[in-house]
Amino acid sequence: MTASVPSARRPASAPTPRVRPGRTVVPSAATAASAVVPADDDAPAPTAAPSDGAAPGDGAAPGDTTAPGDGVALRTEGVRIGYDGRTVIDGLDLALPVGRITAIVGPNACGKSTLLKGIARLHPLSGGRVLLGDRDVAAMSRRELARVLGVLPQSSIAPDGVRVAELVSRGRYPHQGWFGRHSSTDDAVVARALVATGVADLATRPVAELSGGQRQRVWIAMVLAQETDIVLLDEPTTYLDVAHQVDLLDLLAELNAERGTTVVMVLHELNLAARYADHLVVMRAGTVVAQGEPGAVLTEAIVLDAFGLDARVVPDPVSGTPLVVPVGRTRRP
Amino acid sequence: MTADVLDSRIPGITVVARLRAARRRRHALVIGVALLGALGLAVLALTLGAAGLTPVRALAAVVGMGERGDLFVVQHLRLPRVLAALFSGAGFALAGAIFQSVLRNPLASPDILGVSTGASLGAVWALLTLGLGGVAVAAWAFGGALLAAGAIWVLAWRRGLHAIRFVLVGVGIAYVCGSTLAWLLSRAEVREAQTALLWTIGSVADVRGARLTILGVGLGVLALVTALLSRTQAPLALGDDHAAALGVRVSATRAGLLLTAVALVAVATAAAGPVAFVALVAPAIARRLMDDGGAALAASTAVGALLVLSADLLGQHLFPGMSVPVGIVTGLVGAPYLLWLLSGRSERRTAAL
Repeated sequence: MTASVPSARRPASAPTPRVRPGRTVVPSAATAASAVVPADDDAPAPTAAPSDGAAPGDGAAPGDTTAPGDGVALRTEGVRIGYDGRTVIDGLDLALPVGRITAIVGPNACGKSTLLKGIARLHPLSGGRVLLGDRDVAAMSRRELARVLGVLPQSSIAPDGVRVAELVSRGRYPHQGWFGRHSSTDDAVVARALVATGVADLATRPVAELSGGQRQRVWIAMVLAQETDIVLLDEPTTYLDVAHQVDLLDLLAELNAERGTTVVMVLHELNLAARYADHLVVMRAGTVVAQGEPGAVLTEAIVLDAFGLDARVVPDPVSGTPLVVPVGRTRRP
Repeated sequence: MTADVLDSRIPGITVVARLRAARRRRHALVIGVALLGALGLAVLALTLGAAGLTPVRALAAVVGMGERGDLFVVQHLRLPRVLAALFSGAGFALAGAIFQSVLRNPLASPDILGVSTGASLGAVWALLTLGLGGVAVAAWAFGGALLAAGAIWVLAWRRGLHAIRFVLVGVGIAYVCGSTLAWLLSRAEVREAQTALLWTIGSVADVRGARLTILGVGLGVLALVTALLSRTQAPLALGDDHAAALGVRVSATRAGLLLTAVALVAVATAAAGPVAFVALVAPAIARRLMDDGGAALAASTAVGALLVLSADLLGQHLFPGMSVPVGIVTGLVGAPYLLWLLSGRSERRTAAL
């Protein structure tokens, strides 16, 4: 399925046009019903693991990236997750399109981070299942999963004294043998991840000395070095100022365009989510309020429903995507 | 962007590969220097003493050649003591390095977590309450360490083992063991108390025969187990979620590593008593020398062996006519080092507590 679709590469220098020739089916978002992206269920798993012995530079060569198709990279079926007997997510169905950027938004404590952890097996499911292609994630070994699914958890603290290249090379762990010998392939992958995230010049610097934005890029480089088809990020822009937020999301969009990596991220900032995501998932209290193309999903009704926020939604003057403008209680003339 | 990737690919690899090679060289250098230093000190330790020997005579006696007097002094008195110092130092340091790395806390060491205090309590209990002696006391020390660790484990368990809970519960257990120990000592007769007191200080003076063999073999086996598990250190040091995301079975691996560390402390304490601060200081020094963000397990082991041997030499020969147990020397040197570590290094180290 993916092979038949010609590579739809966007020029990396133009990050703003988010309109793609994709065929993500938009559910009737106005009904606010939880919808599932229709996908050919019989389609073969679109998540072939990258071959271990990949020659250096393989993925960077133009034209051989996975083209964004309309398949499903990852699906949850009736997923239930809880903490200490308290159910946070109860029976959640979700289908995340392959080769696309999916953003998950929702009010605080709506379970979006929990969902991400459940998908990545960082938190046990108390019911339901997560499917990668047609494989149940629970049936895979951790190591196997780590070669297909990369995760950047919310808080990342680098060990004291660790240098950028060393930290990034820890992403090679799931690809290495028992004694963890680094091969020259590992070096090549690490170098490419450093270059792709724009931190190659910092390779020998201790991570602790970097700025917040640089540090987040380094962590993303580590996840890239894992060479997975899917990358999950839990609030990757937290603690970054607005310029660095945009910068980081541009980086993710570029990686998605160049490598065909399926990106799934939890975001707080609605307008940035609407701009950068191909597929937007809006959650509230452990359930999906709506999902689909941002333009169709992010309506005034849904913002009110999910966040309890009275807001106007206007077209973003830059990208044309929805721009949520809160009304608020007090207004200055 | 794509063009960038292609153009800079080769230099990028060079930097990464060079950095990796530099780390390996540094590792070899630190371990090599520490081992050479330990070897030199070992030879020195064999020659020094009431019966002064030349290095040649001392080494000859090690392999069984020379006068009977030399053979006795070297093989029965000095060599066991040197080996006990090297082995126990290596054991404590390796245990400390594992604790600090797995619990992600530079202050997590068996002395502070109460594992060593548990061993002392076991030994003192055996001596004073049960009236035991010899290897039986060592066995009780071993049991005490395991019991203390087991108590920490059970009390810290909340749907999994969490690093910070483990440390805090460990500090609590250390106080419980310490108080019980003081209570036992306060009730003991003076002469008995003096013997028992040695088990709260740590000394390598009388470790020979079965105790030394058990120490050596135990250390060897546990070091091997650690080597097999050591690959997981790098991802584990990034935290639970990161480690799991990288494919580590976090709970099982951490449990295996902590068990190995507890066993190392138990073996070392059963032989030499709780030699203070080695488990805390040796890994800190080793990591400082390596300065690469790694756990520096092998380097810590070598540094620990060197530290305890030099501390024992100082204790024996610094003040003529007075022999100071090694545990007191390491404590005297280690405590100021800890203070310096707390004051001098960045806030992140203390924030880790």
